[in-house]
Amino acid sequence: MSTRTIVPFGPQHPVLPEPIHLDLVLEDEKVVDAVPKIGYIHRGLEKLVEKRDFNDYVYVIERTCGICSFMHGMGYVEAVERIFDAEIPDRAKYLRTIWAEMSRIHSHLLWLGLLADGFGFEALFYQCWRMRERVLDMFEESTGGRVIFSVNKIGGVLKDMPADMLARFVNNFNEMEKELRELTNVFLTDFSVETRLRGVGILTRDEAIDLGAAGPMMRASDIAIDTRKLGYAAYEDIDFDIITSKDCDSYARCEVRIGEIFQSIDIIRQAVSKIPDTEISIQIKGNPNGEAFARMEQPRGEAIYYVRGNGTKFLERARVRTPTFTNLTPMLKTLKGADLADVPLLVLTIDPCISCTER
Amino acid sequence: MAKVAKSPWLLHYDGSSCNGCDIEVLACLTPVYDVERFGVINTGNPKHADILLITGGINSQNKPVVEQLYSQMPSPKVVVAVGICACNGGVFKECYNILGGVDKVLPVDIYVPGCAARPNAIIDGVVKAVALLEEKRAKMDSEGGNNK
Ligand code: SF4
Repeated sequence: MSTRTIVPFGPQHPVLPEPIHLDLVLEDEKVVDAVPKIGYIHRGLEKLVEKRDFNDYVYVIERTCGICSFMHGMGYVEAVERIFDAEIPDRAKYLRTIWAEMSRIHSHLLWLGLLADGFGFEALFYQCWRMRERVLDMFEESTGGRVIFSVNKIGGVLKDMPADMLARFVNNFNEMEKELRELTNVFLTDFSVETRLRGVGILTRDEAIDLGAAGPMMRASDIAIDTRKLGYAAYEDIDFDIITSKDCDSYARCEVRIGEIFQSIDIIRQAVSKIPDTEISIQIKGNPNGEAFARMEQPRGEAIYYVRGNGTKFLERARVRTPTFTNLTPMLKTLKGADLADVPLLVLTIDPCISCTER
Repeated sequence: MAKVAKSPWLLHYDGSSCNGCDIEVLACLTPVYDVERFGVINTGNPKHADILLITGGINSQNKPVVEQLYSQMPSPKVVVAVGICACNGGVFKECYNILGGVDKVLPVDIYVPGCAARPNAIIDGVVKAVALLEEKRAKMDSEGGNNK
């Protein structure tokens, strides 16, 4: 038997966008075990709920993660709205759907870029991020912020998008769609890219279930679960299929996310064509008393929000369960047996968001 | 920064940020903002770096990491705190696990405000850092440089 070596990986490492530490147990070049250590960016923001009133806390929870900031805000406000049993205006629901899907496109493009960087395709990385900027421009135009834009409030949304703006955005996305086809085809058909992704990091269907994979990681292992089908925001009125793949490898994860980019564009088109002309928010009076859950499909998978109020303006508890946390165990599974050189890529394929995980 | 003698290399570390500032730092490196036109290159190796860009506040876990990275960088070096979290703790100031801004552990030279800090502001901070780096270098030279 060859000797075992332990290689520390992270928290600061050239290929890691975010701090996570792994102790990689190696036999020659093969990883036989990986032991994670997290907590480098733990802030303790759930506890802050005791110091910020439930309306202000929206701004804190949005900073759980800067990538899906909007969705964190949306999950929290939906949960609080459920305590109040409040029915928010339809237009607000549609606006939330549109912003959420825009967030998904920007997040998946960001990930595709990082993946390209992960396998050393610098030009592709730049192209993905160039496309992503166009989504950010639309965020900026509609809300004023690029990544954190705080448009959620309990009872609706703070800003409206006028019809001409929506039409222009749809136009933008139609244009982007053509370019994106070309761009994503590189991921799906380029020979060198395929050699890096095909058959790497297998997570079988059973393993995905046992280890509790979430989001695209799970759907790439042929499990058709998408929380959007539960019908929060305006998803009830939207027609879409769950995108899955049977391959269970890194290529499949890439394929699923690419599929979801185009699906999101389609959802935005549907939402814009159906958006009703109502108010964008309602006034909610009183303090929350009781508890509620909300579940969201974030770009990285299902996130769960739990809030409990006691009739004062400070909530007793706010809790988030984030998708990356559940995806860590499947990631460790895919690392076992991998080549050391593939480790950065495999860590990337779960689309890790450590800020969410550690909060 | 009329004339920059050398291309400054940049090391980015995510303290305890929410990612918002990190992706904006990365956005600076991509075609739309492109800091490489100032000769700035992002490196992952502290021993190659001149400018340390930190996002997010300091907590007890990452304190030794940040200190270590700083001590590994060759002089002269400039520390840039990006985002209000790195400046003073920001939104998370009152969280139990946040000790405060980066200046709790390192001498911060440049503060870039914003939540998230905009790429334009980050670039402005980096350009200022480049100028400051030159100043520090000149000062070191006049004092006998690294040979003293
Ligand atoms: S300053 Fe704001 S955007 Fe930047 S890391 Fe802190 S909370 Fe996130």
